[in-house]
Amino acid sequence: MQQTEFLNVVLPFKDKLFRLAKRLLVSREEAEDATQEILMKLWSKKQSMEQYKNVEAFAMTMTKNFCLDRLKSKQAGNLKLVHSNYQEKGSELQTQIEAKDSVSLVEKIMEELPEQQKMVLQLRDIEEYNNDEISEMLNMQPTAVRVALSRARKTVREKLVQKHSYGIG
Amino acid sequence: MALDNIEKLLEKYFEATTTVAEEETLKAYFSQEEVAKHLVQYAPMFQYFAEAKKEQFTKEMPLVTLADNTTKRKFNYKWLSVAAVTLLMFGIYFGNDYRVKAEEERIATEFAYQETKKALDLLATNFSKGTDKVAYLNQFEETKRKIYNE
Repeated sequence: MQQTEFLNVVLPFKDKLFRLAKRLLVSREEAEDATQEILMKLWSKKQSMEQYKNVEAFAMTMTKNFCLDRLKSKQAGNLKLVHSNYQEKGSELQTQIEAKDSVSLVEKIMEELPEQQKMVLQLRDIEEYNNDEISEMLNMQPTAVRVALSRARKTVREKLVQKHSYGIG
Repeated sequence: MALDNIEKLLEKYFEATTTVAEEETLKAYFSQEEVAKHLVQYAPMFQYFAEAKKEQFTKEMPLVTLADNTTKRKFNYKWLSVAAVTLLMFGIYFGNDYRVKAEEERIATEFAYQETKKALDLLATNFSKGTDKVAYLNQFEETKRKIYNE
């Protein structure tokens, strides 16, 4: 497979890989590194790539596994502190300012979701994959996908309504 | 836009039983300016989803260097084998030549040795002939001394 051919296959979904990575890793730089790594891995596997019937789903699964590994090793290290620091800063003034910008609030709410729900919500509501594709990508049962999706949406709604009313009231 | 329909879809949406197409309808509804008052609170969700989709991977693809490396390496191996085979052929060809030359030289040396030996033999036989004659002369001298001394 030549480079141009490879790029033609990969280009349409490279942004999706990046967005999933960013959803999981939060930091933009880290997500960029992760995406590059995934693309390199894909490139090194280009010979066997024709065998996969759905390269996009395969790449998504790779991204998911890669990011979850990253998160695991991160939790072992000191970097967890950074995250808890972030959660601490929810002072009253802060919440009010955040509530005004409720669109970016949704992003923060999504950060607090468990990883699996995060991914399902990302793939379904942002990338608009259907449930079958998601269950293939995440290696989950279709019913589990549906349950996770419903929980994620309800959590987002709950928190959004909560913070929304705080902000106004 | 039928508000009933949207409400129903929202309900289904939170149970995660909507199809992708139905979600499209919801997104379209919430992306417009006018949203029913009691539904405003859901708007940020759908607006965020639409916005998040716009984010792009802007970093350069790291593939150019990679691609060059792999092809170059293959190239090298190919030419390396060609060079090795050529070298081997030359070796065999000139090596054989060299061996023939060495054999010829050896024969020539052998011949020169035999010739030298022959010449030396000839010299030796003539030399010993000379010695015989000198011995004879000595005999003559001795006899002469005997006669004069007596």
